[in-house]
Amino acid sequence: MMLAVAKAPHMDWSALSPLVALFGGATLVLMLGLLRPRFVRHTLVPLTAIASLGAAIGLAIWQWDRKADLVSAALRIDGLALVLMILIFSAGIATVLLSWRAAAPVEAAHGEYFALLLTSIAGMALLVEAQNTITLFVAFELLSIPLYVLCATEMRRTTSLESGLKYLIVGSVGSATLVYGLAMLYGATGATDFAAIAKGAAGGIGTDVLFLTGIALALTGLAFKASVAPFHQWTPDVYEGAPTPVTAFMAVATKAAAFGAILRLFDVALVDSAGDWAPAMAALAAITIVVGNVGALTQTSLKRLLAWSSVAQAGYILAGVVVSSSLGSKATLFYLAVYLGMNLAAFAVIIARERETGLGDHIDSVAGLGTSRPILAWPMTLAMLSLAGIPATAGFIGKIYLIDATVDGGYTWLGVFIVVGSMLSLAYYLRVIAAMWMRPAVGTELTPAAAGVGGRPALAGGAASDPLDPTVAASEGTRRAEPEVVFVAVLFGAATLVGGIVPSPLFNLINHAGGALGIF
Amino acid sequence: MHLSLLIWLPAAAALFGALLPGRAARAGAVSGSLVTLGLSIAVLVQFKTGGGLQFITDETWISELGIHYKLGVDGLNLFFILLATLLFAATMVWAALQTWERESTFFLWLGIAESAVIGALTAQDLALFVAFFDLMLIPFYFLTGQWGIGPNRVAGVTKLVIYTLVGSLLMLAAAVATAVLAANGDHLNFTFSFLADHRLANGSQNWIFLFFAAAFLVKMPLFPLHGWMPDGYRAMPMPVLAVFSGVLSKVAAYGFLRIALPLFPHGSVHYQELMLLIALASILYGSAMAFTTTNARLILGYSSVAQMGFIVLGIFALRAQGAQGAVLQSVNHGLVVAPAFFIVALLAARAGGSEDVRDMGGLAFRAPVLASLFLIVALATLAMPGSSNFVGEFLILLGVFNSKIVIAIVAFTGVALASVYTLRLFIRAMHNRVAPGDESREMTLADGVILVPLVAVILFLAVYPQFVLKRTSRETTSAAQAAAAVVR
Repeated sequence: MMLAVAKAPHMDWSALSPLVALFGGATLVLMLGLLRPRFVRHTLVPLTAIASLGAAIGLAIWQWDRKADLVSAALRIDGLALVLMILIFSAGIATVLLSWRAAAPVEAAHGEYFALLLTSIAGMALLVEAQNTITLFVAFELLSIPLYVLCATEMRRTTSLESGLKYLIVGSVGSATLVYGLAMLYGATGATDFAAIAKGAAGGIGTDVLFLTGIALALTGLAFKASVAPFHQWTPDVYEGAPTPVTAFMAVATKAAAFGAILRLFDVALVDSAGDWAPAMAALAAITIVVGNVGALTQTSLKRLLAWSSVAQAGYILAGVVVSSSLGSKATLFYLAVYLGMNLAAFAVIIARERETGLGDHIDSVAGLGTSRPILAWPMTLAMLSLAGIPATAGFIGKIYLIDATVDGGYTWLGVFIVVGSMLSLAYYLRVIAAMWMRPAVGTELTPAAAGVGGRPALAGGAASDPLDPTVAASEGTRRAEPEVVFVAVLFGAATLVGGIVPSPLFNLINHAGGALGIF
Repeated sequence: MHLSLLIWLPAAAALFGALLPGRAARAGAVSGSLVTLGLSIAVLVQFKTGGGLQFITDETWISELGIHYKLGVDGLNLFFILLATLLFAATMVWAALQTWERESTFFLWLGIAESAVIGALTAQDLALFVAFFDLMLIPFYFLTGQWGIGPNRVAGVTKLVIYTLVGSLLMLAAAVATAVLAANGDHLNFTFSFLADHRLANGSQNWIFLFFAAAFLVKMPLFPLHGWMPDGYRAMPMPVLAVFSGVLSKVAAYGFLRIALPLFPHGSVHYQELMLLIALASILYGSAMAFTTTNARLILGYSSVAQMGFIVLGIFALRAQGAQGAVLQSVNHGLVVAPAFFIVALLAARAGGSEDVRDMGGLAFRAPVLASLFLIVALATLAMPGSSNFVGEFLILLGVFNSKIVIAIVAFTGVALASVYTLRLFIRAMHNRVAPGDESREMTLADGVILVPLVAVILFLAVYPQFVLKRTSRETTSAAQAAAAVVR
């Protein structure tokens, strides 16, 4: 007698352990958040989240030299996945630190907020491990849906709600495009596995219309998430509206995960048809660089400025993917790591000033920072110089690496676009530096008495968003940002400087990841 | 002698001073720059004339990108380094005699600026050179933006930074392209020695040369690319301006001799006429503007445009004499322009703070020592026969005469124009009646400490220009001949 036996795939629990740590942490955090004591909700919950992320990092390091297919080859653990996971988890720890005493977890309940964060991080870890189109899409949704909610966690602020809704709608369009593209790829190759798609691509299918449309739509879907122009329009609004710690998280971790997926799909699976998609992607990269930099020029909100800058930076990073060489992939990864450091430093300073001044994220909030708060001004200065690609910062090395890859891959003109973009970007990065060092602080004259007598004093010319309540500014004028926020700013600011002077450790890390890509 | 010490000492001393409380910052920065000056003189003493590259440090900095931390001194950069350390030492002493808000940060930036400039001058690796070349701008951004003059200083210095970094970033792309094309699929190597042995194809040389030329011409600045100069010069604090005008423009001239001619000889020959015409236009335009403007610091600024025009003229004569003259003239110009800015600052202090020559006059009345020193500087600036500047301009024009005679003839008028604008500045300030609101008083002993050594060096070189020419002739000749070989 025959019995129908469904054989479960072999589970390699040691290789899956970082994911287990995250999902376990998320569950635990959710449960802890239900407890009444303030200590548990305000301290133990974030601590648990950090512990679970720390454990995930530790487990990833434990698996450092593994290269294996997991769960019937639906996932793959290798250097690329591990390096990206460590980057994303580090960004996660920074986000928890920045959220620790923020308004959003209080309004949304601590348990939910941090559980959603951990789930989204788990989705990113899955995404960079994905080895077939199904897991790619599932991971993509797993990282996105908690983010939509996180954007709207400052529930009493309309812009936060608007940001969440906007991100949900635009993100869903992106997801739909992605899944449509993946379906077409399946139609063209008859496979969902990247390996099988790669085989199909190698077999001369590269001029197939179905196949090309599939590639184009998949790229579009991922481009939405990575804020590549012309699919970037949501970025400034969502970045501005979301709670700032969530914005920081989206800017660095989502980008790293999305580019991890782009690398896996394009520079590994579809690398043999690079001749078909690379020119189009090069055009996207060039457009993104120009659009992002031009968009940032006139911004007065620091979050919007960094949103546009992140669009431009996505263009630089994409240039590394375009050349579809091992050098290009490594340059992409290198720049992602550098990008993470400089953006986290900048966002930490913005958060610190939001809490210290009541001017929100308006550029005036950092005016005069050089004299009043040098410990915040220096990390912000280093971050801006690094984003602009000035020597002695990690951003400079990253730019050289990217230009090297583009020239080497026969896309010299794209390398020139990168430097032209850097020129444009100087105009707005220098504006932030000038505000910090070369302008007096705004609102120093705003003593409580003056605010009380004058009603609404003229303040921060033109900034009309609601956090500009002068009484808030006055009462919080002497507040100092919490030490953990300053710590994040100083740590990543210093890392940006050290990475520009002693880049070898970072290169070693990236070489470990690049070895896993196995192209050429 | 370790060149790393020479590079990093100014920044390290300034940083150490900045971390200590009180007035330690200025003491740290000043002593750091003075010791650096001593070290560079030690390099001069130990330098073997015609001995090729010396004092070599060669470490791999970033092996993945083939970037080396390679430093060295030869005849080409020896006197540029001496000029930089001398002028920075003078500026540091000058700045230390004044009071600055947040002075520890001020001196920290000045120290970093000195380190970056010396780094750019000693680097023997293209990527390292580009890094230092870009980096040396950043301290001046902060120095001008925070301690500069006038309400428009931030706008002025932003213009300066964007102008010059546009050039520098193009140079960055060109430098990477150079290394990638030279490596031809092998491991990258950015060192000058490797790149000189692996020259690029002629077509690549042409566009890469243009990118480098853009960076250097903006930095100098020469005529069509000088748009940042008036605003930037007006905004800078005087001590900072002296070193900016005296040293940073020379790094660009050095870049032409070190990089453009030897590495891209075909490009240099291809665009020789363009460069000569730009130089000529700068000489005429700079002279005309220096003659018509009334702001004393802009007179010096426009005269620098003209003088840098002469230097580029010498370089792109692509003859040994021209290149030698360019090196000598770079040193000379740095030596005269820094004390000239110092004197303008003294004059402005006597003219009620105004830097307009119309507000000056008769200042020589009770200040004979100041007037004499100014006269020496002025006569050196206009290349009076007997001065080292005369030798420099003579060699430059000789070189151009041998290669492009028509341009040389037009350029001769520039020599005459120089005496017009220099003497105009001197006469307006020093002679005539004492202008209302002015007071004629002698300079102080402290002023003399800064001014007298610089003037002494000018006089020494006037008597003995061979001191420079002898030590530089081998490398400047070979730089010019690299390009000249293409013509033949």
